[in-house]
Amino acid sequence: MRQKASASPRASLRRAILRSSLFLVAALLMAAPVAFAQATRSEPRIVTGDGNPQPMPIAISNLAGDARLGADIARIVSDDLERSGLFKPIDPKAFVQTPDQIGTAPRFADWRLINAQALMSGAVTLQGNQMRVEFRLWDVFGEAQMEGQVFSAGTDGLRRVAHKIADAIYKRITSEDGYFDTQIVFVTETGPATEPFKQLAIMDQDGFGYRTLTDQKRVRAITPRFSPTERELTYMAYVADPKTGLDIPRVYLYNLDSGAQEILGSFSGMTFAPRFTPDGQKVLMSFAENGNSEIYMMDLRTRRATRLTDSPAIDTSPSASPDGTKIVFNSDRGGVTALYVMNADGSGVQKISPGRGRYNTPVWSPRGDYIAFTKSEGGQFLIGIMRPDGTGERILAQSYLDEGPTWAPNGRVLMFFRQAPTDAQGRGGASRLMSVDITGRNLREVTTPTNASDPAWGPIDRR
Amino acid sequence: MRIALLPIAAAALLLAACESDKPTNTSGVTPTTTTVSKGPTSSSIRSGSIEDFRVNVGDRVFFGYDKFDLSADARRTLERQASWLKQYASVRMAVEGHADERGTREYNLALGERRANAAKDYLVALGVPASRLTTVSYGKERPSVVGSNDSAWSQNRRGVSVPAVQ
Repeated sequence: MRQKASASPRASLRRAILRSSLFLVAALLMAAPVAFAQATRSEPRIVTGDGNPQPMPIAISNLAGDARLGADIARIVSDDLERSGLFKPIDPKAFVQTPDQIGTAPRFADWRLINAQALMSGAVTLQGNQMRVEFRLWDVFGEAQMEGQVFSAGTDGLRRVAHKIADAIYKRITSEDGYFDTQIVFVTETGPATEPFKQLAIMDQDGFGYRTLTDQKRVRAITPRFSPTERELTYMAYVADPKTGLDIPRVYLYNLDSGAQEILGSFSGMTFAPRFTPDGQKVLMSFAENGNSEIYMMDLRTRRATRLTDSPAIDTSPSASPDGTKIVFNSDRGGVTALYVMNADGSGVQKISPGRGRYNTPVWSPRGDYIAFTKSEGGQFLIGIMRPDGTGERILAQSYLDEGPTWAPNGRVLMFFRQAPTDAQGRGGASRLMSVDITGRNLREVTTPTNASDPAWGPIDRR
Repeated sequence: MRIALLPIAAAALLLAACESDKPTNTSGVTPTTTTVSKGPTSSSIRSGSIEDFRVNVGDRVFFGYDKFDLSADARRTLERQASWLKQYASVRMAVEGHADERGTREYNLALGERRANAAKDYLVALGVPASRLTTVSYGKERPSVVGSNDSAWSQNRRGVSVPAVQ
């Protein structure tokens, strides 16, 4: 946790806000004694590599107990796993056993009949507004329990419990962390194309719980980013000066629990392109003055800003490595904008992006193994990844305008936005959120209520 | 209206604007105002007004793709703006920098800032006090023309001067 002075208005606001009634208690369920493992057969497993695995057939049974809640949870889990592209949930119409019949000892032969490699079962009981949810994951062919957990939560936490179950299943079978109990913050765009309203909005990664965070009458907000450690955002916004009416573009901090916002730093000109460092203690951003943009690091505790770059070029879109020792950014110091890596103190600048095209918006994977970027070449915009040394470039998506990749916390999935071209009559121009695996597979639209851009994937939720 | 009218000078300026043949409007960027400036209603424009500035001076300059240097056309427009600002010496002005949609948001914010400052620097070189000028970059956030084609892009890569008058 970041150190805060006790008198800090941000800290006191945070304390004054009641947290959600959601209260999660996860406990492990021991394997049922009737289950036994067959040593001759390996567990169902998905290797998320460069191969081309077929999605794994999995049966997600409704939970026994409260039928409505049990069905809701099963559907959310099933949808999460399906969207990952790694699982193929089997149509429940094919199921032979009912949720009550499965209990703690499934009749595995019935599930082998429909070729389920894995089976999720469970139960949900309700006491007042409190749920007790347990689930088990079964290796159908190995006839053994793979995973079992119990959650307690208010009924308003049903979706989050279901996402946590999906996270547990995903992790048990792929060995990668799940990313379903997460939120996305993004820009919602409404109104005329020449004067659009741009507001911050937030929703769960599956599109539920959508709400806007800013006031469209007062604020034009873009480029939000999640703090990796706090319930906090940083973003850039135009807010009109009440005296002159002139728009002042500045980087802001936004506390998601209190709604409190503040300008970050006291710069004399435009600040933009903010991004938290992975420890959540600092914000990297650009400050533009007299036609020159440089990268600064703002310490959130001392509120001191340090300039890291010093060139007459456009230096912007900084992103720090997970260990905080390196910063990748884009600069046109070489003529055309390209990706550079420097030490966290600004020393040792090295160009990393190879080849042709313009490279922008580099974002270091939370796992450290790749840097995602936006590239433009030949009238197209591409989303790609490369290793931090610039090798191994892989293009994942391409269209008229693809921009602004953001990493799922497990570093295996990216989200970005895609804007369609507009014709001379002004038709088209729709802007949508998209997600894609780092393999380039499973490209999907992420449904939003309005035109949307600038997605930022939050960390695993800690509300 | 807080700007005192200077009838003689304003008339001279109008004349100058007509003589210059409005090179910035030849690209057909603002057809409606071009029509106004050449039509019979031009005499009804109040000198020193925002309309006067837009129609008779020209409020915008254009840039090449990923460029921020000033063309000869852009310089002529800024020279007229400088004359106008010298005439209305109490007027402050914001210079906006804009980009077309073919760049990332963040890069275009920086590019728009470069463009706004290129225009501002030239106005200052022409004798306009820097204290009267502010700059703001809108990147690609506020296109003036909708469309994914050369014409729209070239009209959106612009610097727009906005005097603080009605």
